Amino acid sequence: MKEGLPLWEVFVRAKGGLSHRHVGSVHAADPKMAVDAARDVYTRRMEGVSLWVVPSAAITASDPGDAACLFEPAQDKVYRHPTFYVVPDNVKHI
Amino acid sequence: MDTVELSKQNDVSAIAADDAGRHAAFEARVAADEFIEPKDWMPEAYRKTLIRQISQHAHSEIVGMLPEGNWLTRAPSLRRKAILLAKIQDECGHGLYLYAAAETLGVSRDEMTEALHAGRAKYSTIFNYPTLTWADIGAIGWLVDGAAILNQVPLQRTSYGPYARAMVRICKEESFHQRQGYESMMQLANGTPAQQRMAQDALDRWWWPSLMMFGPPDDNSPNSAQSMRWRIKRDTNDKLRQKFIDVTVPQAQALGLTIPDPDLKWNPARESYDYGAIDWAEFYAVVRGEGPVAKDRIKARIDAWESQSWVREAAMAHEAKRQNKAA
Ligand SMILES: [Fe+2]
Ligand SMILES: [Fe+2]
Repeated sequence: MKEGLPLWEVFVRAKGGLSHRHVGSVHAADPKMAVDAARDVYTRRMEGVSLWVVPSAAITASDPGDAACLFEPAQDKVYRHPTFYVVPDNVKHI
Repeated sequence: MDTVELSKQNDVSAIAADDAGRHAAFEARVAADEFIEPKDWMPEAYRKTLIRQISQHAHSEIVGMLPEGNWLTRAPSLRRKAILLAKIQDECGHGLYLYAAAETLGVSRDEMTEALHAGRAKYSTIFNYPTLTWADIGAIGWLVDGAAILNQVPLQRTSYGPYARAMVRICKEESFHQRQGYESMMQLANGTPAQQRMAQDALDRWWWPSLMMFGPPDDNSPNSAQSMRWRIKRDTNDKLRQKFIDVTVPQAQALGLTIPDPDLKWNPARESYDYGAIDWAEFYAVVRGEGPVAKDRIKARIDAWESQSWVREAAMAHEAKRQNKAA
């Protein structure tokens, strides 16, 4: 089979001040065409003010199989949350 | 010759006109509370001011780990040790969020590190005071993080997008810092007479430096007006300081501790506390690096950077080797 067009991940900034958010992907030959395609596919209804495209191959993802050892250690650290600490009701602004 | 000079002059005035237009558009956007993002045009002075402010803020988070780290191995219980460790980890993260925000303005991480180590970059003067007793750790969480929160909350709406977003993350994490500090102070204040004295002594030493964290008084804060206009500062130093005093005094009263200021008095007309004169001579001395432990702080940073450089080098060498093999 012939190799198709490369895949790009698309990120849209919905409005100034917000971070770019992943919305999906497009196939395109080069970055410029990827931006154009992303614009046509993902921002037809003013969904954004800025686009990023990143070659999908450039993304390194964590292994779902490692999720437990990566994220479970945070579970027993309730003291990282403000609600862990008891401050009397009459003490304000804390 | 003449024509060349003339056309050059035309170029210059064309650029100036173009610049004036962009300047006006920029100022209008900022005035309308719009966010400026890394790829937007911005005046050079705005970029420079932001780099200074954000990197200074980042350095403060990083240097701020040192006074607390001083008590890590001597925390009075495993619970307190885990909490302190978690807080210090957060401060490290805050430093990294902020360095990353500054990097979007075209300054490199290494340049910022270099500036700190060479003494060209400042950080919050508060971290040039020593942590003499365990109570200082409680006082820092309560007062220093409390003051930081008041400074940081308005910055969530600062005009530079990456900075504002970093501040949103930071503010979310900051609340636990202050509460654990207050809880720790509460325990001491309700403890033995010796513990109570320790809590009072910590408040005595940290109160005035905490007030200085808001920076010089408004009439002596030359860049304030510009920064307020650019929305990279959203409240004046004195206004934030007053707010801090007003919320903190009742918190001290609830602990049964005394604020070390004989002039502190509720002013019903202003609905605020009047407070005594701040020793700004001390503040500027500490800014100049004359704080009791200023030299130790920078030395600790340089030592950490240099003694661990082999780790960075080894990681890079390993990756280079792997890529060579793959090629
Ligand atoms: Fe912090
Ligand atoms: Fe903090």
